[in-house]
Amino acid sequence: MTEEQTKLAIENPKMSARDVKVFYGDKQAIKGVSIDVGMDHVTAFIGPSGCGKSTFLRTLNRMNDTVASARVEGEITLDGENIYAASMDVVQLRARVGMVFQKPNPFPKSIYENIAYGPRIHGLAAGKADMDVIVEKSLRRAGLWEEVKDRLTESGTALSGGQQQRLCIGRAIAVEPEVILMDEPCSALDPIATAKIEELIHELRGRYAIVIVTHNMQQAARVSQRTAFFHLGDLVEYGVTSDIFTNPRQERTKDYITGRYG
Amino acid sequence: MAEHTIKAFDEEIDRLRGLIAEMGGRAEAAIENAMLALQRQDKVLAAEVVEGDKRIDAIEAEVEKLVIQVIALRAPMANDLRDVIAALKIVSVVERIGDYAKNIAKRVPLIATNTRILEPISLLPSMGQVAGEMVHDALNAFAARDADLALAVVERDTVVDDFYNSVFRTLVTFMVENPKTISECAHLLFIAKNIERIGDHATNVAEMVYYAATGQTLPERERGADMQPEN
Repeated sequence: MTEEQTKLAIENPKMSARDVKVFYGDKQAIKGVSIDVGMDHVTAFIGPSGCGKSTFLRTLNRMNDTVASARVEGEITLDGENIYAASMDVVQLRARVGMVFQKPNPFPKSIYENIAYGPRIHGLAAGKADMDVIVEKSLRRAGLWEEVKDRLTESGTALSGGQQQRLCIGRAIAVEPEVILMDEPCSALDPIATAKIEELIHELRGRYAIVIVTHNMQQAARVSQRTAFFHLGDLVEYGVTSDIFTNPRQERTKDYITGRYG
Repeated sequence: MAEHTIKAFDEEIDRLRGLIAEMGGRAEAAIENAMLALQRQDKVLAAEVVEGDKRIDAIEAEVEKLVIQVIALRAPMANDLRDVIAALKIVSVVERIGDYAKNIAKRVPLIATNTRILEPISLLPSMGQVAGEMVHDALNAFAARDADLALAVVERDTVVDDFYNSVFRTLVTFMVENPKTISECAHLLFIAKNIERIGDHATNVAEMVYYAATGQTLPERERGADMQPEN
């Protein structure tokens, strides 16, 4: 192996994609992407609008199933198990591979219920006391507990945008996922709320495999250890984040990250 | 290279490169004139070299300011980042090169008090010329992002080192034979050392240029045997 391959090698990848192609009707959105995602790194997907990064992210927990015209080819595995296999329980898959969206979308219910909902439908709590523990643990991990512990019965929608987004992360965490997918989780937040989410991503690293799609290259540089650059449905370059931002191999990557993209 | 979407960024990078080109040109001229002043015992020219160093220092300060501004406002990435960091490092090295040239010029009046021209002076101009060319090529390599030219500068450093060792031996022999010239010859020794240091610094610039152009660092060089320990 070359030095570069050694640096990139991921032992026992949490998720692996092999030659993944996504079509929306006749239009091909992803043109054969292969990539491994490990537990120890935060992986960032960057690229211009329409490059396929969000589409690809959504293949990782079969969110594209909800789009009628979408068709996925290739293989994606979670712990070696094909997630597109007929035997795969999609609801279970989405608990194991959680997702946080661009716009915070808490349920119009209490803060407590926002967290408790997932564990309840997945039967993760034996009783009220058990659920209390899960709610506190999830909110602590989401960095929100201290701010909301005295008002758990208030509506989740009454929180600030940044708090709502951390509530959504807490909600994803509550069902004990293995992978957390984040689709531009900070694009609706101010810089302070953004910094809090980034700090949270840093704290969650290692416990969950985290994949984040971001338009903000500085954010990719700050939070990730691996960066993948997508362009026109291709995975142009995948590398160690510090290498991608100081010495990208591909001309297209360089032009994009230096602001020369035409 | 393609232009940035944000035009002001290109203008700042161009200004940075322009300042470094000017600084390099001035440092190169300072070396040349200092050596000329030494050869001709020209105190006026030597004084001009000393005075001219102020502009070199001023450009260094200007580049530092501009680099900080570019980093703060543009958040440069990849080759842009390597370029501005190289620019920042290069100006501090070229400023040192200017100081060495100034130091040579300052020694001219101290040597020129003698009525006759010291014979070993003739050894120095060609050494100075090689060092000056290295500075010239290193900065041209930066302007052209030319990794090969940078590499050629690095390889030439041993020529200056060999020159220095030879001048050192010759001067020591000369001093033994002409003890009355020791004080002047001591200045010539310092001048030779200054030129040798200019060569080293030009090499450092070339290494930075190589990194900026390619993203790769050069492996540590084999150093030639030196008569004196590195400072």
